[in-house]
Amino acid sequence: MKILVPVKRVVDYNVKVRVKSDGTGVETAGVKMSMNPFDEIAVEEAVRLKEKGVATEIVAVSMGVAASAETIRTALAMGADRGILVETDVDLQPLAVAKLLKAIVAKEAPNLIIMGKQAIDDDMSATGQMLAALLGWPQGTFASKVAIEGDGVTVVREVDGGLETVALTLPAIVTTDLRLNEPRYASLPNIMKARKKPIETLKPADLGVDPAPRLTVLTVAEPPKRQAGVKVGSVAELVAKLKTEAKVI
Amino acid sequence: MTALVLLDHEAGSIKQPSRSAVAAAQKLGEVHVLVAGAGVQAAADAAARLPGVAKVILADAPAYDHALAEPLAALLVALAPGYSHLLAAATAIGKNVMPRAAALLDAQPISDIAGIVDADTFIRPIYAGNALATVKSADSKKVITVRAASFDPVAAEGGNAPIEAAPAVETPSMSRFVSAELSKSERPELTAARVVISGGRGMQSGDNFKLLEPIADKLGAAVGASRAAVDAGFVPNDYQVGQTGKIVAPELYVAVGISGAIQHLAGMKDSKVIVAINKDEEAPIFQVADYGLVADLFTALPELAAELERS
Ligand SMILES: Cc1cc2nc3c(=O)[nH]c(=O)nc-3n(C[C@H](O)[C@H](O)[C@H](O)COP(=O)(O)OP(=O)(O)OC[C@H]3O[C@@H](n4cnc5c(N)ncnc54)[C@H](O)[C@@H]3O)c2cc1C
Repeated sequence: MKILVPVKRVVDYNVKVRVKSDGTGVETAGVKMSMNPFDEIAVEEAVRLKEKGVATEIVAVSMGVAASAETIRTALAMGADRGILVETDVDLQPLAVAKLLKAIVAKEAPNLIIMGKQAIDDDMSATGQMLAALLGWPQGTFASKVAIEGDGVTVVREVDGGLETVALTLPAIVTTDLRLNEPRYASLPNIMKARKKPIETLKPADLGVDPAPRLTVLTVAEPPKRQAGVKVGSVAELVAKLKTEAKVI
Repeated sequence: MTALVLLDHEAGSIKQPSRSAVAAAQKLGEVHVLVAGAGVQAAADAAARLPGVAKVILADAPAYDHALAEPLAALLVALAPGYSHLLAAATAIGKNVMPRAAALLDAQPISDIAGIVDADTFIRPIYAGNALATVKSADSKKVITVRAASFDPVAAEGGNAPIEAAPAVETPSMSRFVSAELSKSERPELTAARVVISGGRGMQSGDNFKLLEPIADKLGAAVGASRAAVDAGFVPNDYQVGQTGKIVAPELYVAVGISGAIQHLAGMKDSKVIVAINKDEEAPIFQVADYGLVADLFTALPELAAELERS
């Protein structure tokens, strides 16, 4: 079975992002970039399926600026076999990414696509569901467990009330939640090996897709700041303040 | 302009986040709502009583049981021609279904909106709420999920809308519900509670979460958790508050043994009053707390329970 894993280059989750003073976006110059954490979980899951003998090949795909190749290298170092980079400077939104991925699926014919449930930069939580729609495939979103059984996949999903299990026919799309696995760190030998693994570079036009954004960002602003309040000296003082000052209990 | 809101419902009532989505939709124009499920006449009746709803569309068929994304997205697409905006609350169901419907309509979904500027322009948090983007959609149909914490819900009663049956739609059969393992609790739901008390890694075990219970009982609070507490198995996944869990904005949020990582703050920093109990006076949670108590939670929680009992 062939697995496709889309991976996104995002501002590292430890970075405290700053809104640019001109209100056009957030500061990304000189900021540490990493693979979206949910995509790391996706790569890990694919690699585990390969280690179990369920998957035969893992193709990592990234889209965006040329430096996204680094994110593919990370996936290759974790155990993906080869990479595809769709290079563009256009601000790619989930609909465009889903269309580009659909065109790659037409070339690659994977049986399973595992991807992050959400990118921690735009927080859209949309691409997996959109790709599933465009392909006419079923979707198992927010997965905390994935089991391949014959020509289907069973997915345990994290939902508002707890957990839900769904059975999907293959090919299918799974999006990862935090509890699916704990991604490995790539070992030094594997990082070296990853340098020799192939990455094919394409442009959106090669895939016949117009990647133009549908949402125009008018402004990006700082949210209202909360002021730190006071420290209380005792539980009794806390309760008194909540009663008489904050009036919330 | 007419907006259609897909409602989350349970046991014949409409979930509070969906009532917030209805409130958001009312800023856009006339509001119709969609109730889909199997044997859900009671939920449709409840939807008809929501104030300001002009019409309820009821899709009552086995295919819609368990709210699977594939049939629900197909249903929304069939209904879409009558509407300028399709909305749902950004719940597990809304997040699962709406982007799928959007792709089928060739629209870029606008996820988790926290504000409405006009019919095409919306405000949404990005980067774990560290920035607010104002975005304008060029799509002819807007597909939106609504951050419930940002819109006061419409009341549950007061309306009297007509109920109409949805057209039959061919449903794809590629996905099947197998089972659900839902957390049982007598407490209010996290996203609807007036008070939330959350525990973090500092709680040390699932058993210790019992220390929160007498306090939650006294305050009528929901119990939440940080990711670390969920990952460690102290409490189930549906307790997680944060960027990638639930977004809450109660009157009072009490964070116990939680450091205050950006990802956690993203889920609770719009609470009206924040209390933090942490033994580390440098913990970042104190930077957003209205009232901070530097203390060991194992002494502070029993004291707090006793103090609330007394008063
Ligand atoms: C992709 C991604 C998504 C994430 N999403 C979320 C999310 O949605 N929600 C979320 O919460 N996190 C999320 N996180 C995790 C987040 O970054 C933090 O790791 C997490 O919030 C830490 O949880 P914590 O505060 O309970 O644990 P810690 O950071 O370990 O803090 C424990 C705190 O307990 C205090 N403490 C310990 N013992 C005691 C005691 N006896 N008495 C009093 N205080 C004590 C300590 O001083 C410390 O401040 C996400 C991370 C990533 C990478």
